[in-house]
Amino acid sequence: MPDSPKSGLTTRRGFLAAGLAAGGAGAVSAAQAAGDPAILEVKPWAQELGEGVDARPYGSPSEHEAHVVRRNVPWLTADPVSSVNFTPLHELDGIITPNGLCFERHHAGIAELDPAEYRLMINGLVDRPLVFTMQDLLRFPRVNKVHFLECAANSGMEWRGAQLNGCQFTHGMIHNVMYTGVMLRDILAEAGVKTSGTWLLPEGADASAMTRSIPMEKALDDCMVAFKMNGEALRPEQGYPVRLVVPGWEGNMWVKWLRRIEVGDQPWHHREETSKYTDLLGDGKARRFTWEMDAKSVITNPSPQAPITHGPGPMVLTGVAWSGRGTIPRVDVSIDGGANWVEARMDGPSLDKSMHRFYHDFVWDGKPMLLQSRAHDSTGYVQPTKDALRAVRGENSIYHNNGIQTWYVNEQGVAENVEVS
Amino acid sequence: MSKFLKATAVIALIAGPAAADTLGLGRAATPAEIAAWDIDIRPDGAGLPQGRGDVETGEEIFAEQCAYCHGDFGEGVDRWPVLAGGQGTLTAERPVKTIGSYWPYLSTVWDYVHRAMPFGNAQSLSDDEVYAITAYLLYANDLVDDDFELSHENFAETRLPNETNFFPDDRAESPVFIAREPCMSDCKPEVKITARAMVLDVTPETEGADLADEVVEVAAAPAFDAELAGAGEKVFKKCKACHQVGEGAKNKVGPHLNGIVGAALGARDGFRYSKALTARAGEGAVWDEAALDAFLTKPKAWLKGTKMAFAGLKKETDRAALIEYLKSQSQ
Repeated sequence: MPDSPKSGLTTRRGFLAAGLAAGGAGAVSAAQAAGDPAILEVKPWAQELGEGVDARPYGSPSEHEAHVVRRNVPWLTADPVSSVNFTPLHELDGIITPNGLCFERHHAGIAELDPAEYRLMINGLVDRPLVFTMQDLLRFPRVNKVHFLECAANSGMEWRGAQLNGCQFTHGMIHNVMYTGVMLRDILAEAGVKTSGTWLLPEGADASAMTRSIPMEKALDDCMVAFKMNGEALRPEQGYPVRLVVPGWEGNMWVKWLRRIEVGDQPWHHREETSKYTDLLGDGKARRFTWEMDAKSVITNPSPQAPITHGPGPMVLTGVAWSGRGTIPRVDVSIDGGANWVEARMDGPSLDKSMHRFYHDFVWDGKPMLLQSRAHDSTGYVQPTKDALRAVRGENSIYHNNGIQTWYVNEQGVAENVEVS
Repeated sequence: MSKFLKATAVIALIAGPAAADTLGLGRAATPAEIAAWDIDIRPDGAGLPQGRGDVETGEEIFAEQCAYCHGDFGEGVDRWPVLAGGQGTLTAERPVKTIGSYWPYLSTVWDYVHRAMPFGNAQSLSDDEVYAITAYLLYANDLVDDDFELSHENFAETRLPNETNFFPDDRAESPVFIAREPCMSDCKPEVKITARAMVLDVTPETEGADLADEVVEVAAAPAFDAELAGAGEKVFKKCKACHQVGEGAKNKVGPHLNGIVGAALGARDGFRYSKALTARAGEGAVWDEAALDAFLTKPKAWLKGTKMAFAGLKKETDRAALIEYLKSQSQ
């Protein structure tokens, strides 16, 4: 192992190199012949006492998981204060994203609000403009919902071809979290929306004062004002103490540090729905209000950051799929670049506008593979190829790239982001 | 729904704030509170305050407050947004989407500058200043002459050229949306790799463990008051828009600040300092704590002609904390 024993930390590269070296059957039998030191030696953790209960009042992952972190792509943006980082999808399983690994997108850094000074204002075309405190919000009937949040620009760097080598970077602007909060319609009912009120403008309390126009129909349908994620308070970087949840719609609309909701009778056409988050097509015209996130999937393992380290034989291929229009009853998987497909095995909860987990358990013959996954959502929509999308959108849309991803896996199990004919 | 809401509203007028069938939570928002937060502007001019500003005034404010990131003519510095030019590029291989080439409504410019700019000092501009900057941005995009004045009176009639090229979401009508049973076997005669990410090699290297080691190392030998430095780190948020400090810090809009306490003025390689600062550096001046404190109190008073647009830190406690934090970043 290349790592110094005192650090106790395993670098990702070191881990991969060791895994690849030990991958062959020869290495395994050698260890067996000599007897496995992992068994024959008395390990410190089997002999000495560990830390007591109060050593870690807020627990954190094992030091061996230090490589499981959000990462950014520095050249993408001018400054980390207005930037994005990415969820390490290749390190996760199941459907829930741990709070500390949910990707971040800020437009003016993380606003650090004091909940004692938190206020939510409802104004505009309402009968009673109101102000709520945190305490007030906690007195509304509460609901729990699991939803994915995907940035509309997820995979946006891949429009012109395979660019970033890892599903963290190609698909990591997504997380899937159980929210606890209040239905937005219940809060609006307190203020009494006037019949002319057809649009909402949620606004953030951060230094970008983020705003988006949302049609009333969506607000009354399934939007939430949330204060918990996965059971605990929202993280500051996810909008503590209160954020908007807009299920299935582009992440930019889920206004963090939510301080105000205005009711109006037409959209506001603010910066994030004109200059940004509009989809420029090949003919120079641009789509706007492209709110729903199309069905999409990606194989998370194996993938460029998570190569096959065990050699040929039985293996688990897994990935995630989601749709802004419903559930994912089916995912197809191909190991030959889309020539032949099999249905993957769906496992775990299938919830509306939530991430779904799929597996394909098979015996790898050690030959190179071109891995693809194809999601079907509950409306019958089938995830298209990247070329099919380019044919109708051109290459300058930036947003809403839900094309089928291909990983090339070579004989050593090393994976690469590629595109195929 | 709406009928129901209307009925409750009538009752509310009679019975007071807690209408029947509502929970009666929250309290009435006062007009002053609404005015403080409700600053949004619409394309029809709704929400726009009275005021005016001309191109010439706007150019001066822009040079002072905006050009560090956006360039003197809105051409953009580094990867900060380009605001001007780009007309005729929307169908090009690399479109340049600016206010003049892409944005549909002028109200978006006014609203955004007013609510979120300058970066790191949001909502500090007066209404007239926002009018002036907006007028200058129209001029920088060749949409008005240099004697143009923008006001609440002529705002709604000032249109941007790309307004009509936006249309509502029609993805559902696209061919990729047709529900179909896709091919499952022998779907292609051959499969060839057409693009490879490794050829581009733009994926960041990641070594989380190395970083963790360095954090431990720094914490081992503090030559500063850690608590005060911690408070200073919060104050540093005001500086972050332009300055980097710490591991891997680089010159941005302002020079990087690693080891700045005790360093000579104007000593960062590759940063273009103002003439004023270069002159002071020529006198052998050093950023000792007293100099930093004076500069941070009111930058333009201490160094007339400095490029630093920051207004200053009025509180002595903030300055002391910030300097302590900078001391902690001595590498």
